[in-house]
Amino acid sequence: MSEEPLIRWDWIARNWANGSPTAISVLLENHVVTAFLPVLLGLIVAVPLGLACVRWRWLYQPTAALMNVTYSLPSLVLFSIFLSITGLTRSTVVIPLTFFALAILIPAVVDGLASVPDSVRQSAVAMGFRPARRLLLVELPVAVPVVLAGLRVATVSSISLVSVGALIGQGGLGNLFIDGWQRQFYTPIVVGIVLIVVLAVLADGLLVLAQRLLTPWSRARRTT
Amino acid sequence: MNWLAGFFGDAGHWSGPDGIPARLLEHLEFSAAAFFVAALIAVPLGMLIGHTGRGALLVVVAANAARALPTLGLLVLVVLLAGVGTVLPVLIPLVVLAIPPILVNTYEGVRGVDADLRDAAYGMGLRGRQVLFQTLIPVALPLILLGLRLAAIQVVSTATIAAFVGLGGLGRFIIDGLATKTYADVIGGAVLVAALALAVQFVFVLLDRVAVSPGVRRVR
Repeated sequence: MSEEPLIRWDWIARNWANGSPTAISVLLENHVVTAFLPVLLGLIVAVPLGLACVRWRWLYQPTAALMNVTYSLPSLVLFSIFLSITGLTRSTVVIPLTFFALAILIPAVVDGLASVPDSVRQSAVAMGFRPARRLLLVELPVAVPVVLAGLRVATVSSISLVSVGALIGQGGLGNLFIDGWQRQFYTPIVVGIVLIVVLAVLADGLLVLAQRLLTPWSRARRTT
Repeated sequence: MNWLAGFFGDAGHWSGPDGIPARLLEHLEFSAAAFFVAALIAVPLGMLIGHTGRGALLVVVAANAARALPTLGLLVLVVLLAGVGTVLPVLIPLVVLAIPPILVNTYEGVRGVDADLRDAAYGMGLRGRQVLFQTLIPVALPLILLGLRLAAIQVVSTATIAAFVGLGGLGRFIIDGLATKTYADVIGGAVLVAALALAVQFVFVLLDRVAVSPGVRRVR
């Protein structure tokens, strides 16, 4: 085994897009979908839930406790439990990962809305904003940096957690780890790790860019 | 629910080298070993970096890398490179993954102590080391414990996945159950690991109650 190089480039070239369902490009595509779907679903659920927690304060404690418990469960445990409900489908990975995303995003939405300075809120009231319009046009935009910080954490962890799903056959690039292990072959494992880290760094960079575009005022303030 | 009754009701699951008590003990042994090694490295290092302010970049890089690194891939690669057979190689990725949460939270905790408080300690005549041990660490303790808790949970869950590369422990029920399509074992193992993770969480909540000075807790 010691003569075996860590990377065999010809293997990568042959398996990148060879039309088989286990080609690297197919796995990459699967990985991206399986990783981003939970974050998207999580965000769609977390915004109204977070708003509800801010509106009705007593909701927050039990929600936070429940999310804390969920987050402490190993991903493989949740995958295994959902395996008995949703079977060997993509949902078995997507649903638990959505819970993990929620555990990060709900506190982010609540903290984000709490980070809106009272002076800003009162200025909006004084300018004649009704509650709904104030929320949409003033409070949510001001909360964006904190929500996006949570979104970055959720996205990066989701991308890396998908690979555990390979143990139940739904892991995207994680399948390369299983393949490499079974054949005692380093190249797929290294390719998998590198692609997942690159994917995470790319997604993180895009979210940083999104934050710059969504909150131009924060940059303008820093330069003055 | 029938599966659960089948798994936990089977007398064969309660004795022998692949019974629940033996597997639980294995799981605790590996996890505790990896956790303590990681804590021995990361807590002093985090305190040093937080206190002196040198090497903060290392913390940022470690934090980001830890979140992005796929656990399963790291496990498989390290064990393949180091060779199968002994337990030691499996412990390496467990330790590596446990270090960042401890390091980051210890660093953040020590560095985040109110500057007034630190100056007051110096003003009362404490030396650098005394300031660290008598002021900074007690105040930073909630965050340090949070880091240790995150690491412990990380280790327990990674040890489950490590069953795939031949580690014993509770993960065996899940991995072997998946391989043989014995879903009762998969669910039973999952429930056991979940209970263990929650127990770890609970122990740290208790530790937080006992160890953190009441004065510090009130400020939070």
